[in-house]
Amino acid sequence: MAVEPKMTVDKKKLVDLYTRTLKIRLFESKVWDLFGQNLIPGTLHLYLGQEAVAAGVTAALKKTDWIQSTHRGHGHVIAKGADMKRAMAELLGKRTGSCKGKGGSMHITQFDVGVLGATGVVASGLPIAVGAALSCKMRGTKDVVACFFGDGASNNGTFGESLNMSAIWKLPVIWVVENNLYAMGTPIAWTCPSENIAQRADGYCIPNKIVDGNNALEVYEATVEAVERARNGGGPTLIECKTYRMKGHSRFDPAKYRPKEEAEYWLSRDPVEIIRKIAIEAGALTEKEADKIRKKLEKEVEEAAKFAIESEYPAPEEALEDVFMEVDA
Amino acid sequence: MPVMTYREALRQGLREEMLRDERVFIMGEDVGKNWGGAFKVTKGLAEEFGDERVRDTPISENTIAGAAVGAAITGMRPVAEIMFGDLITLAMDQVCNQAAKMRYMFGGQTSVPLVIRTVFGGGKNIASHHSQSLEAWFMHTPGLKIAVPAFAYDVKGLIKTAIRDPNPVMFFEHKLVYDKKEEVPDEEYLIPFGEARVHREGDDVTVWGTFLMVHKAIAVADQLAKEGISVEVIDPRTLVPLDKKTLLESVKKTGRLVLVTEETKTGATTAEIAAIVQEEAFDWLDAPIVRVNAPDTPVPFSPTLEQFFIPDEKRIAKAVKSIL
Repeated sequence: MAVEPKMTVDKKKLVDLYTRTLKIRLFESKVWDLFGQNLIPGTLHLYLGQEAVAAGVTAALKKTDWIQSTHRGHGHVIAKGADMKRAMAELLGKRTGSCKGKGGSMHITQFDVGVLGATGVVASGLPIAVGAALSCKMRGTKDVVACFFGDGASNNGTFGESLNMSAIWKLPVIWVVENNLYAMGTPIAWTCPSENIAQRADGYCIPNKIVDGNNALEVYEATVEAVERARNGGGPTLIECKTYRMKGHSRFDPAKYRPKEEAEYWLSRDPVEIIRKIAIEAGALTEKEADKIRKKLEKEVEEAAKFAIESEYPAPEEALEDVFMEVDA
Repeated sequence: MPVMTYREALRQGLREEMLRDERVFIMGEDVGKNWGGAFKVTKGLAEEFGDERVRDTPISENTIAGAAVGAAITGMRPVAEIMFGDLITLAMDQVCNQAAKMRYMFGGQTSVPLVIRTVFGGGKNIASHHSQSLEAWFMHTPGLKIAVPAFAYDVKGLIKTAIRDPNPVMFFEHKLVYDKKEEVPDEEYLIPFGEARVHREGDDVTVWGTFLMVHKAIAVADQLAKEGISVEVIDPRTLVPLDKKTLLESVKKTGRLVLVTEETKTGATTAEIAAIVQEEAFDWLDAPIVRVNAPDTPVPFSPTLEQFFIPDEKRIAKAVKSIL
């Protein structure tokens, strides 16, 4: 007789994890498609392959909790509950975009769902997360901040400064390292003396954990523990999520520098398939229900794309707006 | 009206805002009980408001500035102190890429109501890493407001306005004006940004300058008055927004302009002011605009070298006379 796997999460949460992971996948696939049609100006850092990280982390957060995003931020924002129409319109540089066409892919942000911002400067989000967490603590809100950053960012000075500050002040922050093994084209092994980044947190007395970043359930469970610690005044946690990009770093990068066997291994571990299988095996979802969810999300993504494509570009002189907030007289 | 130092007036302004608004807090290196700030500006505030609201930080300038950004966009009103203006180089990403741009690149979704205080200027023989005047860098960054108070009355009214402003404000002070005294009202007052202070009215030459150079320009004006030369002295008090009206009206009256700051000459704020005046008041100028600045070198250490570096009253007077 088969032994029922010990599940620490309820079935509803598994469906949630599947939905979040798939939603990012579908959104990003559509983005790639529109990009191929030359509808998206500039460059892109796609979240394809890393969906389980954003899905797992955000599934453990409340709406009033904050996330700090990165240059590879579409997935974070979508997972946190951003309006897909405004997100897609922003990527296309339209007036209806969440940043009115002033930010684009690298600054995709929806403040009203708890996104502090996406930043084009690697590692610059960590200090901002410290401040937001300090603010939560000083205002007594019990909200927490999850700060995403990559393996590359962990080599920047702000990593040390920010982990240290979060530890001495016991701030409610969850440091989420998305270790996709490459900083652009540079393998992490060339820039980090240890196999794992997580152990760096030991130097700041911050509890840390390494999880399979392609498994949304593992990410979620680690985040739940970290969030509980943060909300109860226990201070920060660092979670290292081992993951991999499905595409290259950016627009024109075919990622030829990645060894074939390595790429094959990781690409065979599809985050969407992994969580789908877990959910179905746990009886949280039938094949039919899973497909129904996919169809619903595909429709939403199509609608978002249509909205973005049909929206107007900003008028040129709108470039002059939003530098300063008006001061009340 | 009580007479107090610039330092005391600044502290009083900070204290009043902390009493008025519990979201206001101070953080920086050695701002708390043990030291009270490297220049003693925050002395006594930690005792009154506690360590949480007057928060000592590690030596982590970029994260001090960044934490101020994060706190500001989530409902607090941080006043971050960077111990010396030179050390703001370590926080440039958070100041110039984050605080300054956040409202714009997020399409107005947020604003960043923070104040970063730091101190510029030489004259204390502490050499190249503790004496620079870098205000032009920030004037070149859209999205930052910049206050440059030179007097006790101004510093109190301006810090209060800075803290209440919904935008990021770089609040620059000067080491050699902390002990300068002036009458400062006990009752609350705010000084709006973008309003210059005319210290001396005159008809022959306009002298525009900042920080310690305003004090020197006033001394020069008083001395030249005895020689029958009438000098108008203008202190902008804020660089962004800039009071162009007062400056241009003065130039249209005098037809002559001397610009004086302690910055190294190339690309200084004085260069920008000269450009504005020639663009907007060229027809009123009766003589070339003269700039009095420090030479294009790092700030030197030895007293003879540093005294040579910092513009003095003699150089200002000479510049005024050179265009009469």
